[in-house]
Amino acid sequence: MASELLNRFESVQQVRDGLRDINYLADDGIAGVAYLADRLGKPVLVEGPAGTGKTQLAKSVAEFTGARLIRLQCYEGMDESKALFEWNYKKQLLRIQADKASDSWTDIHDDIFSDEFLLTRPLLEAITADDPVVLLIDEVDRVEVETEALLLEILSEYQVSIPELGTIEAKQIPLVFLTSNNTRELSEALKRRCLFLHVDYPSMEREREIVLAKVPGVTESLAEQIARVVRSIRSLDLKKAPSVSETLDWARTLLLLNIETIDETVAKETLHILLKYQTDIAKAAKDLSVDE
Amino acid sequence: MSATETRSMLDLLNGFVVQLREAGLPVSLTENLDAMDAVQHIPIEDREAFKYALGATLIKNQAHWRSFETVFEVYFSLRGPEYKLANADGESSELDDLWREMQDASQEGDGRGGAGSLDALTPEEIAHLLMQALMQGDQALMKALARQAVQRFAGMEPGRPVGGTYYLYRTLRNLDLDGMLAKMADAANHGQESDAGRLEQRLEREEFEHRITEFKAEVEAEIRRRLVADRGAEAMAKTLRKPLPEDVEFMHASREEMVSLRKALQPLTRKLAARLARKRKHGRKGPLDFRNTVRHSLSYGGVPAEPKFKYPRPAKPELMVVADISGSVAAFARFTLMLVYAISNQFSKVRSFVFIDGIDEVTDYFKATEDITEAIHRVNTEADVVWVDGHSDYGHAFEVFWERYGKDISPKTTVLLLGDARNNYHASQSWVIKEMRMKARHVYWLNPEPKSYWNTGDSIVGEYGNFTDGVYECRNLRQLEGFVEKLA
Repeated sequence: MASELLNRFESVQQVRDGLRDINYLADDGIAGVAYLADRLGKPVLVEGPAGTGKTQLAKSVAEFTGARLIRLQCYEGMDESKALFEWNYKKQLLRIQADKASDSWTDIHDDIFSDEFLLTRPLLEAITADDPVVLLIDEVDRVEVETEALLLEILSEYQVSIPELGTIEAKQIPLVFLTSNNTRELSEALKRRCLFLHVDYPSMEREREIVLAKVPGVTESLAEQIARVVRSIRSLDLKKAPSVSETLDWARTLLLLNIETIDETVAKETLHILLKYQTDIAKAAKDLSVDE
Repeated sequence: MSATETRSMLDLLNGFVVQLREAGLPVSLTENLDAMDAVQHIPIEDREAFKYALGATLIKNQAHWRSFETVFEVYFSLRGPEYKLANADGESSELDDLWREMQDASQEGDGRGGAGSLDALTPEEIAHLLMQALMQGDQALMKALARQAVQRFAGMEPGRPVGGTYYLYRTLRNLDLDGMLAKMADAANHGQESDAGRLEQRLEREEFEHRITEFKAEVEAEIRRRLVADRGAEAMAKTLRKPLPEDVEFMHASREEMVSLRKALQPLTRKLAARLARKRKHGRKGPLDFRNTVRHSLSYGGVPAEPKFKYPRPAKPELMVVADISGSVAAFARFTLMLVYAISNQFSKVRSFVFIDGIDEVTDYFKATEDITEAIHRVNTEADVVWVDGHSDYGHAFEVFWERYGKDISPKTTVLLLGDARNNYHASQSWVIKEMRMKARHVYWLNPEPKSYWNTGDSIVGEYGNFTDGVYECRNLRQLEGFVEKLA
């Protein structure tokens, strides 16, 4: 491997405390895997339901380590010209047309395939950066299986090969996070290169802590109640269980409405903030009112 | 880490990986090396961190996590002094010490409840203490009590060839946790003023239920620990091995497995739908889209540098599902219907019929509600499927189907027949299938029985199968998913 491993973290506990300081509450698994990722110089594949703080993890780690966050949002039909690099065709065309007479063909040929005409895209940018960076490859499950292959070189060797220029190696090994909502099975090749981290809905205690940390002004008892109700709703058979971000929205709403204790009516009237499907709302409302 | 310690660690990890592979979890060589690398960076006394380090490097699929955890608990179970590694040489005993250290560290916290003094208590006092621990959520006391309960009630004897479930049953029967739940709810209500809302009561109750589940898990873990100490980790790992959800057979799933199946079904349908939508879009490239190409050439000064193509949009098939819902195959029919309706936007139209010896159309149940589970429930309770005696009669059901709905089968229709074709020796009426196939685009038969059982006893799947485009064995979710993907 080209460059030195940076030991950014000293211990698992340090990672956890550091993240806590910037209001990201990591559990054992999250802190442990982030620590290992740094020590082993391997990317982390973060998987889990939507809205459980996968993207936020990368952002928080970047903030904690004081690194710049470079984000590659994946989408269907993404190709290397959007992920790695692209030649600036229009500029090249202009260059050729600008002084047709003066230059010989070889000059132009060498000239138009130089750095000046190279557009760096997130992956290349992360590798060539001089300052510390955290690379976030968001929703990697959205790209096609064939496109995944683009990522393999950078994930295992931390380098990018450009046919016209040669191989560009990383100056430093960035921390890399890939997130996936698990809408399809990722390829074995990709998974093998990564550490795997599953981020699930938090336990009740952790969720209460998250509410307390993220929503200023909320009281302990309200946070406790919120976490309990959300856990209760998650145990139902729903199309889409409430995510952490929806829990936080709900907490903020209750705060705005000056509600201090949640009773049945309040819960039912504000359900639409937690749940996004009409059938789910109806089901939860029915369930909350039936008391066996 | 010293060299010998590294060696023995390597041996230990290798043994662990072998166990994982035997439990059906795929672990590649590089992953094994990564795990070795990872544990060097983890302080070995920290059992949780150790587990997560191994999990992050060896397990790359959330569905496998539970199996991993079980194998981990057994393989790295706390090894008591009475138990030595079978091939104990100098190195591994050093390792044993290491584990024992870990175990002591992790037990120090638990012992606070005064495990020693618990021995002297009467069963009533134990029950009372447990109730207190559960109500206050006192983790340490709960753990100590779990240990005490197993020691007292399970009646475990060395070498007895009985499974862990038996001991679990014996222990829990003596504790009467259901009764305790009711008592706890009562006590909680008396303790507070009664103006606590119904919601509050309900949440309180759920909290207690949650703690009781935790306690049960602790009892289970304790029994497992003792069994491992008695029989050895390798032997235990074999008996505790559970099939992955996608490999559970529909026809023999226990209630617990059914729940995990239903949970596994949802992400599976989501994946399937995403994959199918993508396949439809990106399957082939069509002819050149001239307009689009010219439009994009403008940014290159009129040079058509980026050719654009039209994407063909193939017609979606129409689907008719005809399912046997008699007892033996009901679960299979339910899962197939759920799966088909979850991806129903991949078909232009889905109609479903269920039968035992009579047949009934149930399409409207699915139309009326978005909630598939509710629709399935209505199918099971409201559909009129019994004609004479409520034993499967495929012949009669097919005959009526042909009479009533045969005219709706068109060359665009794909017909799915679900069932084990155990016809109770009635007339087969297989001419219906033959006629069906002449009219329909495809006719497929899905059979939840293993292939080796086909055409034995009263199963006549071969006779029907001759007239279909294929008979497929669908014993588990994996096979079902494979078939449905092919279909759409």
